Amino acid sequence: MVTGRTLNQTTDIETLERVAAETRLRVLEMSSRAKTAHLGGALSCIDILTALYGAVLRIDPEHPENSDRDRCILSKGHAISAMYACLAKWGFFPEAELVHYNAENSRLPEQPSPGCAPGIEWATGSLGHGLSVALGMALAGRMAGRSYNCYAVMSDGECEEGSIWEAAMMAAQRKVDRLVAIVDYNKLQATGRVNEIMAMDPLPDKWRAFGWHCQEVDGHDMGALVAALERARAFGEQPSVIVAHTVKGKGVSFMEDDNNWHYRSPTEEEVKTARIELGLADASLLSGGSSQQ
Amino acid sequence: MRNAFAQEITHLAWANDRVVLLMGDIGNRLFDEYKEAFGERFFNCGVGEANMVSVAAGIAASGFRPVCYTITPFMTARCYEQTRIDVCYHNVPVVIVGTGAGLSYASLGATHHSFDDIALMRVLPEMRVFCPGDAMEVRACLRLALEQEGPVYIRLGKKNEPVVHESPPELEVGQFFRVAEGENVCLLSCGNMLPEVMQVRERLQGEDISTEVMSCFSVKPLDEDCLARAFGRFDVVATIEEHSKIGGFGAAVAEWRADHPAGGAQLLRFGIGDAFFHQAGGQAYLRRLAGLDAPSMAGQILSKLAARA
Repeated sequence: MVTGRTLNQTTDIETLERVAAETRLRVLEMSSRAKTAHLGGALSCIDILTALYGAVLRIDPEHPENSDRDRCILSKGHAISAMYACLAKWGFFPEAELVHYNAENSRLPEQPSPGCAPGIEWATGSLGHGLSVALGMALAGRMAGRSYNCYAVMSDGECEEGSIWEAAMMAAQRKVDRLVAIVDYNKLQATGRVNEIMAMDPLPDKWRAFGWHCQEVDGHDMGALVAALERARAFGEQPSVIVAHTVKGKGVSFMEDDNNWHYRSPTEEEVKTARIELGLADASLLSGGSSQQ
Repeated sequence: MRNAFAQEITHLAWANDRVVLLMGDIGNRLFDEYKEAFGERFFNCGVGEANMVSVAAGIAASGFRPVCYTITPFMTARCYEQTRIDVCYHNVPVVIVGTGAGLSYASLGATHHSFDDIALMRVLPEMRVFCPGDAMEVRACLRLALEQEGPVYIRLGKKNEPVVHESPPELEVGQFFRVAEGENVCLLSCGNMLPEVMQVRERLQGEDISTEVMSCFSVKPLDEDCLARAFGRFDVVATIEEHSKIGGFGAAVAEWRADHPAGGAQLLRFGIGDAFFHQAGGQAYLRRLAGLDAPSMAGQILSKLAARA
């Protein structure tokens, strides 16, 4: 039985903010070494993931398949470097393993495969799947009489997939109160501004109209995120969504709100600059050889 | 077939409390008995097949045995990517049931025709493909499907088709079922063509052509021993399916044949050509247009035998 907090979790906001900064540095290093894309969207969801793993989820890294654990699916699978770094940070596997991200035959592919690493609940990468899968897991929990919660972290562009709204309708109809969706609303998708490509706004009103309890938060305010996630968990009779207003590339001034970082990976010099901006000039770096590519 | 499915899943749900039924807003009153007994394990997912399949995958990953059911093109093509990624890539035990396959819904037009579903499903890694030949085989296939550790696709016809078997046969994965023995011609019947194939046999027997009939419910995996035996022993081996000749059961047999060229039998493939149907008409009419009626198929087989003589 997974009860209470099991990850050396904390509600100390300063601690969570420091861990989030360290996780950002890892993600920057991973992208730089592996020459992988999707860095901006990884940086925008790190505070959300840190709040979840650091303060909210009931899950034991020593027993990551415990049937009573909370389930968390990163539905925006292109940002999985953030999830890998977060899982490593919270003890699911050694942080040193992050150097193998996207290396041949490693268990940390550029986008996750099923069960590739401890704590990875679902292989995502194709958008619009994670919410339905989390809904299925929540329905299974209800049928089995278990009390775990299911979380799906989605991108804003992902909400253009019709399947998201199929899941939204069914979750509300079935009153699945143990389902929590978090939208990383960074306002940018692959080729431009979300609201210039599709009529996304008013996004919170859309979720409310679909029967969900909806909270809006600053997705980089750790205290607000933890409080919203705690409220979402306690909310009965309705599924709950948190629309987290975020900034793509958050934490590194020259990456923030610049969509080139949907595709670019940083040079070693850029990582050095970012490291100072993150307040981690003295932090240790990943070791284990040079870039894989 | 669909009534047999509804009865059998209700029966199986009594025996196994992990069985869950998800359906896409079809089958008016078909599942009343199931719903009454197992309301908490029944989900009408509405007209949203993509969500239904991913929900089923999440349910399966959490220890239950979900069965998804709706009209074939919506159960296969409409939500193909969800089946591919959430079900097959994760190798979770979801049973996907397409009803009204082939030309069962002939009069409703191309939106409801499904002669590409075997092709779509059999190309997916981890997926097993079962095409039962009559209502009794439906029951046997569903039982077998729920014993598998990974995904299964079951292809159903409509309701009230002629029943060939008196009781559910004992089926094994990867083993075709011999319905009738013969010496000269082997008819490999796939799915709901079985009653028509039995009529083909009658016509050939009437011409003193000893004809074997195999119900090839296990399209994936194929029964390779049966194929090796058939191509080595018979003069003509014919595949018969209410599906496109591209990518279906006959194509699977032809692929196998290309890799295993031993044996002298002539392969004949009966199926639907590479075109949509634009005409109004029922299943029997469209089958005649496709050459899938017993007189036409028997005639072609006799011509082939005459040419070989």
